[in-house]
Amino acid sequence: MLEAYRTVLRARALDDRRFVLNRAGKLAFIISPRGHEVAQVAAIAALQPGRDRFCLYYRNFAAALACGFTAEELMLAAFARAADPSSGGRQTPGNFGSRRRGVVIGSSTVGPQIPKAAGIGLALKWRGEGALCYVSFGEGATSQGDFHEGLNFAAIHHCPVIFFCENNHWAISVPQALQVAGPGVAERAAAYGIPGVRISGDDFYAVHAAVFEAAERARSGGGPTLIEAEVLRLQSHSTDDDQRAYRDPAELAAEALKDPIPRMRDALITRGWLSPQADQAMRDEVNREVEKATEAAEAAPEPEPGSLGRHVYADA
Amino acid sequence: MPERTLVQAVRDALYEEMERDDRVCVLGQDVGRKGGVFKATEGLQQRFGAERVMDMPLAESSIAAVAQGLALEGFTPVAEMQFADYSYPAFNQIVNEIAKVRYRSNGDFSCPLVIRAPTGGGVRGALYHSQSPEAFYCHVPGLKVVLPSTPADAKGLLKTAIRDPDPVIFLEPKKLYRAERQEVAQGEAALLSLGSAAVVRQGRDLTAVTYGYMRAVTMQAAAKLRPDGIEVEVIDLRTLRPWDVETCVRSIQKTGRLAVVYEANRSGGFGAEVVAELAERCFASLDAPVSRIASPDVPAMPFSLALEHAFMLNPDKVADGLRRVARY
Repeated sequence: MLEAYRTVLRARALDDRRFVLNRAGKLAFIISPRGHEVAQVAAIAALQPGRDRFCLYYRNFAAALACGFTAEELMLAAFARAADPSSGGRQTPGNFGSRRRGVVIGSSTVGPQIPKAAGIGLALKWRGEGALCYVSFGEGATSQGDFHEGLNFAAIHHCPVIFFCENNHWAISVPQALQVAGPGVAERAAAYGIPGVRISGDDFYAVHAAVFEAAERARSGGGPTLIEAEVLRLQSHSTDDDQRAYRDPAELAAEALKDPIPRMRDALITRGWLSPQADQAMRDEVNREVEKATEAAEAAPEPEPGSLGRHVYADA
Repeated sequence: MPERTLVQAVRDALYEEMERDDRVCVLGQDVGRKGGVFKATEGLQQRFGAERVMDMPLAESSIAAVAQGLALEGFTPVAEMQFADYSYPAFNQIVNEIAKVRYRSNGDFSCPLVIRAPTGGGVRGALYHSQSPEAFYCHVPGLKVVLPSTPADAKGLLKTAIRDPDPVIFLEPKKLYRAERQEVAQGEAALLSLGSAAVVRQGRDLTAVTYGYMRAVTMQAAAKLRPDGIEVEVIDLRTLRPWDVETCVRSIQKTGRLAVVYEANRSGGFGAEVVAELAERCFASLDAPVSRIASPDVPAMPFSLALEHAFMLNPDKVADGLRRVARY
């Protein structure tokens, strides 16, 4: 539990540093998980990195840390360095991949990972070893045909897949009211005959419990589950976006007060698992870690220009 | 050796590869109980079961995506798109996902799979069962593209494509599915490597590079030119990405003239790439402008027989085009 909290703090501290580095002109492009961190780490904590598969999307920075990526590795990706383990500096940071960790390499298009996860789930079902595939996406991706195709296929074949929607109510500048017809995403599960649940994404325990239950179902042959975690987007879509241009200032100010990290901290303190002193010590440690990761990544070599043509095909 | 049609050869290749390697599986619309709308998967489900030969929902994007998921997990899926025209809903999965898996993961992941699709016209298939979309896929590094024209080539190239470590788009000219029977080797003897063209007719006056159904049309056109004393060398590319530039270069060095004959729309077609590459490589050998002999730039092949004939190349049209190059 404290490790999960440390991962949440690490994600936030790294992200804050990335924004500073972006504004200083050192990082070209960042997508922030700000507001999503608790939901992401709670979900992954209910699963088994190393055994399960993870099809992440571009806002899953905290989820990637929870899957085992280190601070330095994610900074290497932010600086587009050769040693970035996901893509060697080829993709924008946020497209996570690591075969040994079961994190399936993503892309920047919205939604294609959903039916792909269904296919991975089919393979895992055939293999019959109880592993599952977790796939996450925003509510904007639920407008894609691939959302329907993926849920439909996984439901038909009872594939062990957890569809995890991080609904932050905004797809860049388009609000949920113009994106999602009906009450929300979770209700759509009924059409596929699978369980659908909506939970508060700032409640670590609620997210963990929902994902754990879905995992039990998937591992025991009960098929897929659709989970909708409601979260806040406490940062603009990306470093190339400024949500103050299209969102109500009063709403932004009110949301800023609902940051899920203080809530998680308070819950841990209330349960006696964390003291304010230990919290501060942990934050100091994480900040030192971020400092070290940043220095190491910035000093790391860029990809060789001559490597441009590698890995197009197996023999090149 | 048994005599087989092209579609039977495709089916044999699938059968043999599934027997050889239990990771090979087939998925697509109607590939199971029905055995495919063209019977390319006939009998496979009875032999290998409903999981390894899976009837998919009518949704091409998820056919490609599920195949990708299986490939990422170590299976070797052969997905069928019922018609090449219907591969476009899967375009994002093929071009942005499947083709780029290896590159975008810096070699950590790969996606070995085959996507088969019947291609081309001349069967009264009209606008949406007649298209020749090979150029879209040939434009994509990371994909390989195969387009055979004989039963033996189809079998040998499909078996090799299934064993290839990279994703292969395998286009089958539906006009040729049952056009001829040919003795086709079995097992390992059938294998043909990708990227190797076949010189299917020797000639000294003109090189005609072609592929797919247009091979047969070009051969008939070449026969028509013989009484005029024009000997056409015909090259069937068989694989379009990678394609066999060297065989074409050697031929042009001998003949000094080049025409490319292809069934797709003329502009931006794969033949334009062939012409450009060979013009760059063979400028000093060429005695005449290079020429594209292709279908007109209308959106697709109409249903009316009169309009289908107006669209399609035939031996007379191709012979006219070849004669112009020969006599320049």
